[in-house]
Amino acid sequence: MSALVLAPAGRRLRALARAELTLLGRNRSAVTTALLVPLALPFTVRPALDGMDLQRSGLNTGTVMLTAAIGFSFLFSVYTGLVSAFVARREELVLKRLRTGELGDAEILLGTALPAACLGLAQSLVLTFGCVLFLDAGAPRAPYLTALGVLTGLLLCAALAALTASFTRTVESAQVTALPLVFVSMLGSGIAIPAGTLPDRFASVCELLPLSPAIRLVSGGFTGRLSAAEALASAAVALAWLAAAVFAVRRWFRWEPRR
Amino acid sequence: MDTNEHVIEVTDLRRVYGGGFEAVRGITFSVNRGEIFALLGTNGAGKTSTVELLEGLARPAGGRVRVLGHDPYEERAAVRPRTGVMLQEGGFPSELTVAETARMWAGCVSGARPETEALELVGLAGRSGVRVKQLSGGERRRLDLALALLGEPEVLFLDEPTTGLDAEGRRDTWELVRQLRETGTTVLLTTHYLEEAEGLADRLAILHEGRIATTGTPAEVTAAQPARISFRLPDGYFLGDLPPLGELGVCGHELDGRVVRLRTRELQRAATALLVWAQGERVELPGLDVRSASLEEAFLGIAREQEVAA
Repeated sequence: MSALVLAPAGRRLRALARAELTLLGRNRSAVTTALLVPLALPFTVRPALDGMDLQRSGLNTGTVMLTAAIGFSFLFSVYTGLVSAFVARREELVLKRLRTGELGDAEILLGTALPAACLGLAQSLVLTFGCVLFLDAGAPRAPYLTALGVLTGLLLCAALAALTASFTRTVESAQVTALPLVFVSMLGSGIAIPAGTLPDRFASVCELLPLSPAIRLVSGGFTGRLSAAEALASAAVALAWLAAAVFAVRRWFRWEPRR
Repeated sequence: MDTNEHVIEVTDLRRVYGGGFEAVRGITFSVNRGEIFALLGTNGAGKTSTVELLEGLARPAGGRVRVLGHDPYEERAAVRPRTGVMLQEGGFPSELTVAETARMWAGCVSGARPETEALELVGLAGRSGVRVKQLSGGERRRLDLALALLGEPEVLFLDEPTTGLDAEGRRDTWELVRQLRETGTTVLLTTHYLEEAEGLADRLAILHEGRIATTGTPAEVTAAQPARISFRLPDGYFLGDLPPLGELGVCGHELDGRVVRLRTRELQRAATALLVWAQGERVELPGLDVRSASLEEAFLGIAREQEVAA
């Protein structure tokens, strides 16, 4: 039974994701952002890193850059890209049209998100190898934590993008509505500023931000300086955010433009 | 089985929008297998609001919908593989080509016919490589129809299928819908073109302000309406100079300046009496117009009655 149900679901997801990938490839600004920003931004912050005391937190330039790059990939390739994609599909009535067919609601959202999530995953892999090979990040000490961090980060970005799209009216305003999470995450989740260099009291609050656990797991997997308890706590925070985001999307996601 | 007779069953259906506007105010009708049923009405009559409930896109505020024996909103998975839907507008990413759109949709439909076959049915096969944004309004309607037909549905919902089509495209679509009926497809369509409902539908319902004003076969709906005679009063004559209207079989009249409009259910008797009177008086009846009831009369009559009642 489950195979019977899953086979058409897989086929539907593939068909939708393929169309979405074609659209992603035809959106020049999305392609430019997706390719350039995560690759270029970390290198522009590199000079600032030289002035920081990284050794204290067990970091080096390579691991900090890697974390920043993966964080940028989460935020710009996956999150902001998907906010625009969800809004564009809704405003063109594509989501409404899809809902008249056999696809379930979750399948529609998943299929739409899949290409951007895969792009984020591919970027993360390329960046990891790049940093290991060229920036002496060193091989990850606990690669499974890094993998878990990337996975939760991608899922959470997709879910939060759907949620942000719910209260975004046009593709243009998506540039604004996506900003709060981008800013907060860059500053507080250890993307632009390594989490270990934040003041302690501030840092413990920032650990609760949505993307903090994912970044912490990615970084911790490289440094190996994350205890089992800390890793579990991070995973729990990530899971809580994911559950909350999924609940909110189910409750508030808008499938049609406002009339 | 009952569901085989009534493919669509709607009972006391209501729809209320977020702002409290009641778009559908308790309508009841059913559609039999293999029938073409038209919902006719002016803009804002509640046609699309109704069809969206039948398509399962929204939950009714009250009443009941059954499509093929299931609730189309709650039992989506049971209904969707057997229905085809054409929305009132759009719904396709503008940057995909016709072929890419059809391929995507075919991948989401169980038992889909080949995409090229569906595109050929609506005469779009030659436009496969064109992006959706470059299609004309009529071509987009036809693409939408092709996708609705991809799964060879048992029930087809068409929301204003020919709006934006030229006369030829409209006739082609009508022909296609008739062919579908011959293969047993049940079709529910909305339209504000009277000739579309008259020529295509087996039965129809005229919606007005969220309620069904009248329903039946086109002939029944038309027959319920009076015929019309209109003319200008000859110079020097007044309404009172005409023979008593009751004796002419006239059931209603109005005077608009010097133009007289008579409504009658006995057109031949009324027209004869009027012409005999005119001949006896040796006067012309300028602008004389005698017409039997049409769907248009029925349509306008309903709108007029409701306005008077309001």
